[in-house]
Amino acid sequence: MVQGKKSGQIIAASDAEKKVLEILATVPDPEVPVLSVLDLGVVRNISVLETGSEKTITKDGEPATDEIRITYTPTYTGCPAMDVMKTQMRIALLEKGYTNVQFEQVLSPAWTTDWMTEAGKQKLKAYGIAPPQYKQAVCTPDAFQQEEAIQCPRCNSYHTKLVSQFGSTACKALYQCVDCREPFDYFKCH
Amino acid sequence: MTKQYLIDYTLQLADNALILAQRNSEWCGHGPVLEQDIAISNISLDLIGQARNFYQYAATLIGGNATEDSLAYLRDAIDFKNNLISEILNGDWAQTVLRQFLVSTYQFYLYDALQKSPDQQLAAIAEKALKEVTYHVRWSSEWVIRLGDGTSESKQRIEKALEEIWPYTGELFIPVQHETDAVTAGIGVDPKMIEENWKQKVSTVFSEATLTLPPQNIWMHTGGKNGIHTEYLGYILAEMQFMQRAYPSAEW
Repeated sequence: MVQGKKSGQIIAASDAEKKVLEILATVPDPEVPVLSVLDLGVVRNISVLETGSEKTITKDGEPATDEIRITYTPTYTGCPAMDVMKTQMRIALLEKGYTNVQFEQVLSPAWTTDWMTEAGKQKLKAYGIAPPQYKQAVCTPDAFQQEEAIQCPRCNSYHTKLVSQFGSTACKALYQCVDCREPFDYFKCH
Repeated sequence: MTKQYLIDYTLQLADNALILAQRNSEWCGHGPVLEQDIAISNISLDLIGQARNFYQYAATLIGGNATEDSLAYLRDAIDFKNNLISEILNGDWAQTVLRQFLVSTYQFYLYDALQKSPDQQLAAIAEKALKEVTYHVRWSSEWVIRLGDGTSESKQRIEKALEEIWPYTGELFIPVQHETDAVTAGIGVDPKMIEENWKQKVSTVFSEATLTLPPQNIWMHTGGKNGIHTEYLGYILAEMQFMQRAYPSAEW
């Protein structure tokens, strides 16, 4: 597998990897179900160790399958959705016959909203969550800094205000549109 | 054979995060307004995540049957190496946000330095945690300013909190043996090296909050990093560890 230079998105280097990526693309983030684990950018690497074309029989009498290795990174260290995503990836692969799946967590480089796919950002907006800014103002520890103008996902107004830096999940901040009055989540830059 | 100081140093990082997370979680459902209840609970969640990563690493260093859960749930107060400031009572909102500001600022400079550690796992956890702590510093310093430069009631509350908490800040910068060993080995962060930055940031925020920095030479509590705790830690552990103690190895 190779990584796209700009987005950090992963691109299959073989047909076997392509099949696995197609399966992972169907696994949703349990907190934001319009995003797949690939849209979110938490899958950092996959590799497929092929067992060969003819189905050999293992000692247990089970047909041997390819070994899938998935390297992932959490969005936030305490995000409880990560364990769910791992389980769902395992189940989705199991349904397609992949019984041998290994997961490895990497923390560095740390996950960033820059790794979210363009399609993912569009889906977020359609779902009513403001996507992370393209040119992100990296959060600094300074108090009362000038807030970024976040576009309301409902009426597209930039006339919005921050309600709280912490929202319903670790990855979101709470905003309100001053024009249409709609409160909304912003997938905050990280 | 893993060096004991590295295990102790990692446990200290984990315990600091876990105990403060447990304390902050007491606010869940009791925050002054819903948004701030959610904020302090989110900070707890980040801290638990950081603690888990440090415990998982410590468990691999210890080997045998050690797991993140056994380290969190089956050690006694004397085994915990957290700074005392993490375990003292929440008090009112002023005391909670002031403690958060003082600890988050400490963690900010600590993780910033630790992400350059040659110990790759400690460095990776620090790099990850730093992004989260940045939000904590920002949120808590805004609260310190809001209360300090607010009404006469809020001012009086945060001044009282400062009097209460400040004697627990000295310990952050007095290295104990396992810290000194970790520094000597080039892996750990010398707490003396981050003290200046911490003081600078604290005095900047205090000055905006119209709060007076307490005098230099006041008496400071110590002991937490060596397992000598206040009585409060026992109560935290009693609540946090109850299920695993009453129903060993229970899972759900």
